[in-house]
Amino acid sequence: MNIVVCAKQVPNSTQVKTNPQTGTIIREGVESVLNPDDANALEAALALKEASPGSTVTVVTMGPPQADDMLRECLAMGADDAVLLCDRRFAGSDTWATSNALAAGIRKLGQVDVVLAGRQATDGDTAQVGPQLAERLDVPQVTYVMACEPKDGKLLVKRQLEDGYELIEIGTPCLLTAVKELNEPRYMSVRGVYDAYDKDIRVWGLDDIGLAQDRVGLDASPTHVFRSFTPDPKGKGVILEGSPRDVAGALAADLRRRHLI
Amino acid sequence: MFEKKHEMIRKLAREFAERELAPIAVEVDRTGLYPKAVWEKVARYGLSGITIPREYGGAGGDYKSLAIVMEEFCAKDVSSASLLMGNSLSGAPYLYFGTEEQKRKYLVPLAEGRTIASFGLTEPGAGSDSGATSTVAREDGDAYVLNGRKTFITMGPLCDYAVIFAKTDTGCKRKTDGITAFIVESGWKGFSSGKPEEKLGIHGSITSDIILEDLRVPKENVLGEVGKGFHLAMSILDAGRVTVAAQSLGAAKGALDEAVKYAKERVQFGQPIARFQNTQFAIADMATKVEAARQLVYSVADKLDRKEKVTTEAAMAKLFASETAVEVANKSLQIHGGYGYMREYAIERIYRDARILPIYEGTSEIQRLVIGANILKR
Ligand SMILES: Cc1cc2nc3c(=O)[nH]c(=O)nc-3n(C[C@H](O)[C@H](O)[C@H](O)COP(=O)(O)OP(=O)(O)OC[C@H]3O[C@@H](n4cnc5c(N)ncnc54)[C@H](O)[C@@H]3O)c2cc1C
Repeated sequence: MNIVVCAKQVPNSTQVKTNPQTGTIIREGVESVLNPDDANALEAALALKEASPGSTVTVVTMGPPQADDMLRECLAMGADDAVLLCDRRFAGSDTWATSNALAAGIRKLGQVDVVLAGRQATDGDTAQVGPQLAERLDVPQVTYVMACEPKDGKLLVKRQLEDGYELIEIGTPCLLTAVKELNEPRYMSVRGVYDAYDKDIRVWGLDDIGLAQDRVGLDASPTHVFRSFTPDPKGKGVILEGSPRDVAGALAADLRRRHLI
Repeated sequence: MFEKKHEMIRKLAREFAERELAPIAVEVDRTGLYPKAVWEKVARYGLSGITIPREYGGAGGDYKSLAIVMEEFCAKDVSSASLLMGNSLSGAPYLYFGTEEQKRKYLVPLAEGRTIASFGLTEPGAGSDSGATSTVAREDGDAYVLNGRKTFITMGPLCDYAVIFAKTDTGCKRKTDGITAFIVESGWKGFSSGKPEEKLGIHGSITSDIILEDLRVPKENVLGEVGKGFHLAMSILDAGRVTVAAQSLGAAKGALDEAVKYAKERVQFGQPIARFQNTQFAIADMATKVEAARQLVYSVADKLDRKEKVTTEAAMAKLFASETAVEVANKSLQIHGGYGYMREYAIERIYRDARILPIYEGTSEIQRLVIGANILKR
């Protein structure tokens, strides 16, 4: 199976700063990480690969040159290959334009059986790119995937709903978007880190993927951001589990540790 | 000196330590055992063979990477260094002195995290004076017959095999001559381990005697040259000391982190104790020493990676970092007041764990001996 994972490098902070003029995100000075849902997508891809030997996992991202770090991290986790779609003319792309670029990049890769993406990126929270990409590639899609296993050449996936789930059998090629319940992403491995820096990452610009300028970038993006803001963070809660007795004990111990009682 | 891959190794080690080690540190301190699943994960991610070459099942990484992993692991749990022992004392004898067959048989499974190995040098009568070995190996046909007792051996009760140092020639003029290293399997007749020692700290790192009674070791299990065992032990200790220095750095960092966190939380006299200048000064001193230790550790690791001889610098790093760990743990506990004396706080464990650092793999006094002797002979 040829598996493609779409991943995005996002600022590691809930306190994302935005440019008041354009409403786009200011990335400088903020640590960048692999978008959490995309890590789940990658883990699912690696698990699929392990289940069907001979498969390959290619990670594709559209981003600035620094996204190289994130791609190497994906390689260190076990991906075989990585492609960076990078061109000044991609800058300012909204989801419509981004999915254009990703679709063109993925088509250039040749035959692809499964495309996996995260449900959404923490910096935009739109959850649009996955579904848009499926439309552009003209393949069926399942969003909010919380379980996925190969079954007789097809995939059996669980789609998360608010109050339950759907069990769906889907043939390939297809596109799935991952939620965090799907799995526990693996760590990078020591070997993987060393190997990741010996690999070449392909960098493709607009001309490489054969896309017209009016399909990507800020001017081509129908979305206009009127205002961006960071919502007040909610306090991080802690949920204690266990028997009432244990929970009461743990609660008392915690309150004591905080000098509240 | 650091490359991007080192940053990534740090990220990997930090995530692993936060998610796998920190949550069980209290439990490991209580039970004295790491769950099997943790050993397996250490193996799966290649942490059991960071510095072991690829052809022998390792990741082929450098000492800086090992030091980074040590620091990050031990910042969360000082005894977790025992999970990484294959990289240093346990694995190095095979790597540097083993024959091809010995490497295949003993180093590969160790690097892949499938076995546990011990290093048996110390004896009841031969501690700092490790040349005073009284374990004897008598030649008998195609084998040597070993008799003696090793003491304070890390992983003694759990090991699958151990390197044991014994006298093959009791007639040498210098007592450090005539010592030979042997690879001994724990399943062989005549091998037994003593009861696990009850210790002040590093409970997750199990320690016991290893007793050798008429234990036949085939000659192919002689490691290195007959009579050159003491030299073997000493040459491995350089890298071993860098590892303990990195472990100490982790311990010191962990203690500092706890102090900083606590100083901001604890309110007395109407303000967080972090506002008192005395607290600030204590933390400033601690942080400065931690940083100094860090510079020493990584500079020696880098020299090791460049294959330079580091005996003096390794001793300096081990001496300074281990003493720093004890000092910083002590100060951090003081900042915690009475709470720091209680099991509920991590610093109580770090304080106990750190105390081993200036003792094993050569006491601070022995490090000073090495440093002084090397400097004066220049
Ligand atoms: C938890 C633990 C794990 C260990 N793991 C291992 C292991 O896996 N393998 C192994 O082989 N050993 C191991 N050891 C042994 C350890 O390396 C020794 O304990 C250490 O080398 C000190 O030896 P000793 O305990 O006999 O102390 P001694 O040598 O009796 O020292 C007592 C004191 O005298 C000082 N002293 C000794 N000689 C001199 C001198 N010439 N000048 C100045 N001062 C001196 C020492 O510094 C120390 O303060 C372990 C020990 C412990 C506690």
